Amino acid sequence: MSIVAALFILGGTFFFATGVIGILRFPDFFSRMHATGKGDTLGIVLLLAGLSLYNLGSGFSLANILVSIKLMLIGVFWFLANPTATHAILRAAFDSGLMPWTKDGQPVLDWPPK
Amino acid sequence: MENFFLVISLILGLLILFSLYRGIFGPTVFDRIIGVGFVGSKAMSILVLVGFIYKRIDMFVDISLAYSFLFFISTLVFAKYFQKKGAM
Repeated sequence: MSIVAALFILGGTFFFATGVIGILRFPDFFSRMHATGKGDTLGIVLLLAGLSLYNLGSGFSLANILVSIKLMLIGVFWFLANPTATHAILRAAFDSGLMPWTKDGQPVLDWPPK
Repeated sequence: MENFFLVISLILGLLILFSLYRGIFGPTVFDRIIGVGFVGSKAMSILVLVGFIYKRIDMFVDISLAYSFLFFISTLVFAKYFQKKGAM
Protein backbone atom coordinates (compact mmCIF):
# COMPACT_ATOMS: atom_id res chain seq x y z
CA MET A 1 0.00 0.00 0.00
CA SER A 2 2.87 2.39 0.70
CA ILE A 3 4.17 1.93 -2.87
CA VAL A 4 0.81 3.09 -4.26
CA ALA A 5 0.79 6.01 -1.79
CA ALA A 6 4.29 7.04 -2.87
CA LEU A 7 3.19 6.97 -6.54
CA PHE A 8 0.18 9.22 -5.72
CA ILE A 9 2.41 11.66 -3.78
CA LEU A 10 4.97 11.82 -6.59
CA GLY A 11 2.16 12.52 -9.07
CA GLY A 12 0.89 15.37 -6.90
CA THR A 13 4.38 16.86 -6.66
CA PHE A 14 4.73 16.62 -10.46
CA PHE A 15 1.53 18.61 -10.98
CA PHE A 16 2.71 21.25 -8.45
CA ALA A 17 5.94 21.55 -10.44
CA THR A 18 4.02 22.06 -13.71
CA GLY A 19 2.04 24.82 -11.98
CA VAL A 20 5.26 26.60 -10.99
CA ILE A 21 6.67 26.29 -14.52
CA GLY A 22 3.44 27.78 -15.85
CA ILE A 23 3.60 30.68 -13.36
CA LEU A 24 7.17 31.50 -14.35
CA ARG A 25 6.99 31.02 -18.12
CA PHE A 26 3.56 32.04 -19.43
CA PRO A 27 3.23 35.48 -21.03
CA ASP A 28 0.22 37.08 -19.32
CA PHE A 29 -1.95 36.93 -16.24
CA PHE A 30 -4.79 34.83 -17.64
CA SER A 31 -2.59 31.99 -18.92
CA ARG A 32 -0.63 31.99 -15.64
CA MET A 33 -3.89 31.67 -13.72
CA HIS A 34 -4.94 28.78 -15.98
CA ALA A 35 -1.71 26.90 -15.23
CA THR A 36 -1.77 27.38 -11.46
CA GLY A 37 -5.52 26.88 -11.03
CA LYS A 38 -5.67 23.46 -12.65
CA GLY A 39 -2.27 22.15 -11.61
CA ASP A 40 -2.83 23.09 -7.98
CA THR A 41 -6.23 21.42 -7.70
CA LEU A 42 -5.13 18.12 -9.21
CA GLY A 43 -1.86 18.12 -7.25
CA ILE A 44 -3.60 18.68 -3.90
CA VAL A 45 -6.20 15.98 -4.52
CA LEU A 46 -3.55 13.42 -5.60
CA LEU A 47 -1.23 14.24 -2.69
CA LEU A 48 -3.98 14.01 -0.06
CA ALA A 49 -5.30 10.75 -1.56
CA GLY A 50 -1.80 9.28 -1.33
CA LEU A 51 -1.33 10.46 2.25
CA SER A 52 -4.67 9.06 3.42
CA LEU A 53 -3.84 5.73 1.75
CA TYR A 54 -0.51 5.68 3.59
CA ASN A 55 -2.29 6.52 6.87
CA LEU A 56 -4.69 3.59 6.39
CA GLY A 57 -1.73 1.28 5.74
CA SER A 58 -0.76 1.32 9.43
CA GLY A 59 -3.98 -0.37 10.58
CA PHE A 60 -7.76 0.04 10.40
CA SER A 61 -8.40 1.42 13.89
CA LEU A 62 -11.08 4.06 14.50
CA ALA A 63 -8.57 6.92 14.95
CA ASN A 64 -6.79 6.05 11.69
CA ILE A 65 -10.03 5.95 9.72
CA LEU A 66 -11.10 9.30 11.22
CA VAL A 67 -7.79 10.96 10.24
CA SER A 68 -8.07 9.55 6.70
CA ILE A 69 -11.63 10.89 6.38
CA LYS A 70 -10.39 14.31 7.52
CA LEU A 71 -7.60 14.24 4.92
CA MET A 72 -10.09 13.40 2.18
CA LEU A 73 -12.34 16.20 3.51
CA ILE A 74 -9.50 18.69 3.01
CA GLY A 75 -9.13 17.34 -0.55
CA VAL A 76 -12.85 17.78 -1.27
CA PHE A 77 -12.74 21.30 0.18
CA TRP A 78 -9.81 22.29 -2.06
CA PHE A 79 -11.52 20.67 -5.03
CA LEU A 80 -14.44 23.10 -4.50
CA ALA A 81 -12.57 26.15 -3.16
CA ASN A 82 -9.59 26.47 -5.49
CA PRO A 83 -11.64 26.87 -8.72
CA THR A 84 -13.88 29.35 -6.88
CA ALA A 85 -10.90 31.45 -5.79
CA THR A 86 -9.43 31.28 -9.31
CA HIS A 87 -12.72 32.43 -10.77
CA ALA A 88 -12.97 35.33 -8.29
CA ILE A 89 -9.46 36.61 -9.07
CA LEU A 90 -10.00 36.27 -12.84
CA ARG A 91 -13.28 38.15 -12.63
CA ALA A 92 -11.67 40.92 -10.58
CA ALA A 93 -8.81 41.24 -13.09
CA PHE A 94 -11.15 41.33 -16.10
CA ASP A 95 -13.41 43.91 -14.47
CA SER A 96 -10.34 46.03 -13.72
CA GLY A 97 -9.65 46.21 -17.45
CA LEU A 98 -6.84 43.67 -17.86
CA MET A 99 -6.90 42.24 -21.40
CA PRO A 100 -5.61 38.84 -22.59
CA TRP A 101 -2.19 38.84 -24.29
CA THR A 102 -2.02 38.39 -28.06
CA LYS A 103 1.01 38.04 -30.30
CA ASP A 104 0.41 41.20 -32.39
CA GLY A 105 -0.84 43.37 -29.50
CA GLN A 106 -4.39 43.67 -30.89
CA PRO A 107 -7.20 43.18 -28.34
CA VAL A 108 -9.14 39.96 -28.80
CA LEU A 109 -12.51 41.61 -28.22
CA ASP A 110 -14.09 45.00 -27.93
CA TRP A 111 -14.49 45.67 -24.21
CA PRO A 112 -16.48 47.34 -22.71
CA PRO A 113 -19.15 46.84 -25.42
CA LYS A 114 -20.51 50.06 -26.87
CA MET B 1 9.08 6.51 4.50
CA GLU B 2 9.86 9.49 6.78
CA ASN B 3 12.87 10.35 4.59
CA PHE B 4 10.63 10.26 1.53
CA PHE B 5 8.21 12.73 3.18
CA LEU B 6 11.16 14.95 4.12
CA VAL B 7 12.40 15.04 0.51
CA ILE B 8 8.90 15.83 -0.78
CA SER B 9 8.58 18.69 1.77
CA LEU B 10 11.95 20.12 0.65
CA ILE B 11 10.85 19.98 -3.00
CA LEU B 12 7.61 21.81 -2.13
CA GLY B 13 9.62 24.47 -0.25
CA LEU B 14 11.79 24.95 -3.33
CA LEU B 15 8.64 25.39 -5.47
CA ILE B 16 7.39 28.08 -3.03
CA LEU B 17 10.73 29.88 -3.44
CA PHE B 18 10.38 29.84 -7.25
CA SER B 19 6.78 31.06 -7.20
CA LEU B 20 7.73 34.01 -4.96
CA TYR B 21 9.56 35.44 -8.00
CA ARG B 22 6.13 36.20 -9.46
CA GLY B 23 5.07 37.69 -6.13
CA ILE B 24 8.00 40.13 -6.09
CA PHE B 25 8.44 41.07 -9.78
CA GLY B 26 4.88 40.51 -11.05
CA PRO B 27 3.88 43.21 -13.54
CA THR B 28 0.35 43.67 -12.18
CA VAL B 29 -1.10 43.39 -8.69
CA PHE B 30 -3.04 40.25 -9.68
CA ASP B 31 0.21 38.50 -10.63
CA ARG B 32 1.42 39.25 -7.13
CA ILE B 33 -1.78 37.77 -5.70
CA ILE B 34 -1.36 34.46 -7.54
CA GLY B 35 2.37 34.36 -6.75
CA VAL B 36 1.64 34.63 -3.04
CA GLY B 37 -1.56 32.58 -3.21
CA PHE B 38 0.43 29.69 -4.64
CA VAL B 39 2.13 29.45 -1.23
CA GLY B 40 -1.19 28.55 0.44
CA SER B 41 -1.67 25.10 -1.06
CA LYS B 42 2.03 24.21 -0.71
CA ALA B 43 2.08 25.27 2.95
CA MET B 44 -1.01 23.15 3.62
CA SER B 45 0.67 20.10 2.03
CA ILE B 46 3.88 20.72 4.00
CA LEU B 47 1.86 20.88 7.23
CA VAL B 48 0.32 17.46 6.56
CA LEU B 49 3.74 16.01 5.61
CA VAL B 50 5.31 17.43 8.80
CA GLY B 51 2.52 15.74 10.76
CA PHE B 52 3.52 12.39 9.22
CA ILE B 53 7.21 13.05 9.91
CA TYR B 54 6.58 13.81 13.60
CA LYS B 55 3.93 11.00 13.85
CA ARG B 56 1.37 13.52 15.19
CA ILE B 57 -0.93 13.54 12.16
CA ASP B 58 -4.07 13.59 14.37
CA MET B 59 -3.10 17.08 15.53
CA PHE B 60 -1.64 18.51 12.31
CA VAL B 61 -4.62 17.56 10.14
CA ASP B 62 -6.86 19.99 12.06
CA ILE B 63 -4.28 22.77 11.72
CA SER B 64 -4.05 22.28 7.96
CA LEU B 65 -7.87 22.21 7.64
CA ALA B 66 -8.07 25.58 9.42
CA TYR B 67 -5.22 26.90 7.26
CA SER B 68 -7.00 25.98 4.04
CA PHE B 69 -10.19 27.78 5.19
CA LEU B 70 -8.08 30.88 5.94
CA PHE B 71 -6.42 30.71 2.51
CA PHE B 72 -9.77 30.54 0.71
CA ILE B 73 -11.25 33.50 2.62
CA SER B 74 -8.12 35.64 2.17
CA THR B 75 -8.04 35.00 -1.59
CA LEU B 76 -11.69 36.05 -1.96
CA VAL B 77 -11.04 39.20 0.11
CA PHE B 78 -7.98 40.10 -2.02
CA ALA B 79 -10.00 39.64 -5.21
CA LYS B 80 -12.78 41.89 -3.91
CA TYR B 81 -10.40 44.51 -2.54
CA PHE B 82 -8.30 45.02 -5.67
CA GLN B 83 -11.23 45.06 -8.10
CA LYS B 84 -11.48 48.61 -9.44
CA LYS B 85 -13.11 49.66 -12.68
CA GLY B 86 -10.61 50.71 -15.35
CA ALA B 87 -7.60 50.55 -13.05
CA MET B 88 -5.35 49.02 -15.74
